[in-house]
Formats: sequence, structure tokens, C-alpha cells
Amino acid sequence: MPMFEAGDISVEVDEDGFIQDPDLWNEQLANALALTEGVETMGDEHWKLVKYLRDYYLQFGIAPMVRKLCKETGLPLKRVYELFPSGPAKGACKVAGLPKPTGCV
Amino acid sequence: MPKEYKTPMLDELEKGPWPSFVKEIKLAAKKNVMSNDLLGLLERSYNERLGHWKHGGIVGVFGYGGGVIGRYTDLPEEYPEISHFHTLRINQPSGWFYTTEALRTLCDIWDRHGSGLTNMHGSTGDIIFLGTKTDELEPIFKELTEAGFDLGGSGSDMRTPSCCVGPGRCEWACYDTLQRCYDITMKYQDELHRPAFPYKWKFKFSGCPNDCVAAIARADISIIGTWKDDIKMDQAEVKKYAENGVDIFNDVVLNCPAKCMKYDGDKLEINNNDCRRCMHCINVMPKALRPGDDKGAIVLIGAKAPIVEGALLSSVLIPFLNIDDDEEFEDFCDLVEEMQDVWCEEGKNRERVGEFIQRVGMGNFLEAVGVEPIPEMIAYPRDNPYIFFEMDEDEEEEEE
Repeated sequence: MPMFEAGDISVEVDEDGFIQDPDLWNEQLANALALTEGVETMGDEHWKLVKYLRDYYLQFGIAPMVRKLCKETGLPLKRVYELFPSGPAKGACKVAGLPKPTGCV
Repeated sequence: MPKEYKTPMLDELEKGPWPSFVKEIKLAAKKNVMSNDLLGLLERSYNERLGHWKHGGIVGVFGYGGGVIGRYTDLPEEYPEISHFHTLRINQPSGWFYTTEALRTLCDIWDRHGSGLTNMHGSTGDIIFLGTKTDELEPIFKELTEAGFDLGGSGSDMRTPSCCVGPGRCEWACYDTLQRCYDITMKYQDELHRPAFPYKWKFKFSGCPNDCVAAIARADISIIGTWKDDIKMDQAEVKKYAENGVDIFNDVVLNCPAKCMKYDGDKLEINNNDCRRCMHCINVMPKALRPGDDKGAIVLIGAKAPIVEGALLSSVLIPFLNIDDDEEFEDFCDLVEEMQDVWCEEGKNRERVGEFIQRVGMGNFLEAVGVEPIPEMIAYPRDNPYIFFEMDEDEEEEEE
């Protein structure tokens, strides 16, 4: 397994850079992961999204559907892509420390 | 020096007179190390009877949530050149018309940044670029967009709309498939590139009931050309076909699914009221028979191939739409958006709209999207009694 390393952080990630153990997540790690997804600084709206995803995941064990994410956070999809240019699944979920969302392509 | 792989199993697939993907991969392997490792991995898979691709990578380009499908091998140490082997979907032009220059541009970009292997075209309709590394994605995307191309759809979004060649080359086209496919592509760019649906949503446009893009079998919204008036007939040409050996009675009349044709050995008659617009007779005798003049499209909903659940064919939603008319087309788009709203709101994760309709019932679905149920939506009388006709107040008063 590849490792993600930044400063004194060192965690196991999969080939797409998603952390393997969601329990290792913390805000410092989120900041470091954000840099890999084109987010220079995490602002209030970034945290709002990430915390929503994280809470939802801890409660239900999966990521919410995109539409629900937008509705509950009040952030339109366009804004989500402005905040996380690689999108909610690849960008926001990775920063929130969720396992890789699966789905059919 | 790239490794040299012995490929006795794959070599078998080069034998015979037909084209061979092995031959193509070998050609590509001469100048591309990714294709070379691909040969090695494939031979190994054939020997072990085991696939060596992992499922479910998430990669992409900034700004888009779809268009790239992540692929990784589970043997990256042994086949390092294809440790990443991502697929790109690139939005094809309507009807797949290219200049040779455009094709060269595409292939040059892909030779520089990927395996050089393409699939023209995938069953989605897109141009498929097979195999590249994560670091190459942004450079490819930049070069593609500079050349006027864009990524297609993947994941739970509106997939790249696709259409038959239509009036570009085909005399049977009952509406301008190329134009409407392009219009939908441009109107719904956000839905195409930024997945937010419960699952995929496909539009396919066929110009006539021959349905060359298999819309009825694969598209959530199938838009298939048809006509309202009578089949146009030239009896003199019918005679010529008979003289030239066409067995009109057996090959045309008896094959008519509606049994609406008569032939007395001299004159052909069609009862157009019963005609199902299947195109069979027209296909057999194209010089003698033609679609009528009052042309448009029939809109069907709900087809899917078997992935999560079984296959479904589309069923009628709008029996006749003059889709070339801009106003009617706008109304159609409004209905599509309404349907997507209902499906997004109530649909389960990874539930296609056809499955959603099966679950909630066609009657409830129609009510939710504000469409009146009509007899054309039913395949056979009394066969699928999912719509309950309720009398409105006036009718009830009349009854009393």
C-alpha cells in the first residue's frame, strides 16, 4: 500500500490517495489531503462540506448522495466544484477521510 | 529495453481472416511500453483464467466529476507500465463525423500521453482512450480542449448523448438526430460533467424505427423517429421488385408484425391504421415504400442493460413529438427536467429511472411528473394494468 506523507503525517492510502483507516482522520490530515486535491486553504465552506460528509459517514457508514449533500449544506453543486475542483466524490470525500466511494462507471 | 513477452495464447486470436485486437495491441507495443505490458498481462490472465484489473478507481480532472474511469492492475510490481491504466471517454461528434485531421489530432495526443490504443467507438458512443497514468490526465485534458474536444460522461451523470447518422447520410431519418443530440449535449453540460443523479441517465437519438443506436434497448430516454400518416407507395416499383425475384408475400406481407398488408400478386395494400411503423417492409423494398410525410419522433422511457438488475426495454412516454420544432423540443426538455427532479428526489442510489418507475408504478410516476396516462403507453390491452383510469368530477356527474 502506498503511504501519504506530509510533514510529520504518515498514513496508509489506496492508489487514488484515499486514507485506508477512517479513524486516523483529523483536521491536520484534512488540510494536508486538501492540498493534493487543488485546495490551497480550507475555508469555512470547505469545512462545512467536510464535516457534513464526515458526520454522515460516521452515522450511516456510507457517503451521502450528491443531491443530498447540496441540499443539507445549502451549497449548490457549482459551488461544491469551486471549493473542491475535483468534485464531491474524489475531492471532498477524500479530504473528509471517507473510504473511496464505489459505484459503476 | 522493454520486456519481451511470449504470447502463445494471444497468438491464437490472430489466426483467421477477421480483424484482431491482439494484432493491434502488438502493433502498438512496438512503440509503446504500456501496450507491451498490456500484452504480457493479458496473456497471463488467459493462462490463469483470472482478470488482473482492480475495480473502482476514482480519478479525474479538475472541474469535472466524470469522463475518466480509474483502472489499476493488481500486479503493479510485475507490470509497472500499466500499474495505472485509466480509460478516458471523449465526447464524440454527432453521428461520428470527423475530418482526417481531427482523427490525427486525437491519435497524436493519445500517442504522446497514453497507450496509443483507442476504441472507436465504445458502446456508449464515446471515443475511448484506453490506458494512461494519473499524471497524464490534466495534460491530455488540456490538449483535448485546445483541439475542440471535451470529455464525455461517466458515473452517475447524464452520459454522453449519442445519435445515429440521421439526415447526415440516411434517407429514413424522420427528424434531425444530429441537431437534437448536439442541443441536448450543450444544454446539459453541467449534468454531463458533474454527476449528481442517483445513477446514469442516457439519451439516444435514432432517426427511424430501425433504431441504429439501439435506443430502445439502452437509453433511459429513447427518441426514435416515426411518422403519423400513410406509408408512401409506388406500385410500379413494387412490381419491379416482384419481377426481380423478391417474394413479396412471404418476405414482406407475412413478416409484417401487425399483419396489416395484403398482396394479390399484382397490387400491394397496406392498412395504415394498423401499421406499427416497424420499417420491415420499407427495408425490403426501399424503392417502392417510404415513410410518410408527417414525421416526428416517439419518446420512450426506461431502457437499461442488465447491470444491477435485469434488462428493460423502453416503453412509450410521448407517442408523437414534432421534435424538429423548437417549441415542442423546449417542452420536451422541461418534461425531462421534471422527470429528473422526481427521480433524483425519490430514486434510490444506483436505481435507473426504468427501475424507479417499476418500483413506484407508472401511474404514480406519471402523476408526479404531470403527464396524462394514455392508451399508447400500454404494450398490450389488459396486459399491464398499472394505470387506473379515474373519472374526473364532470364525468362522474354525467354517470349519475
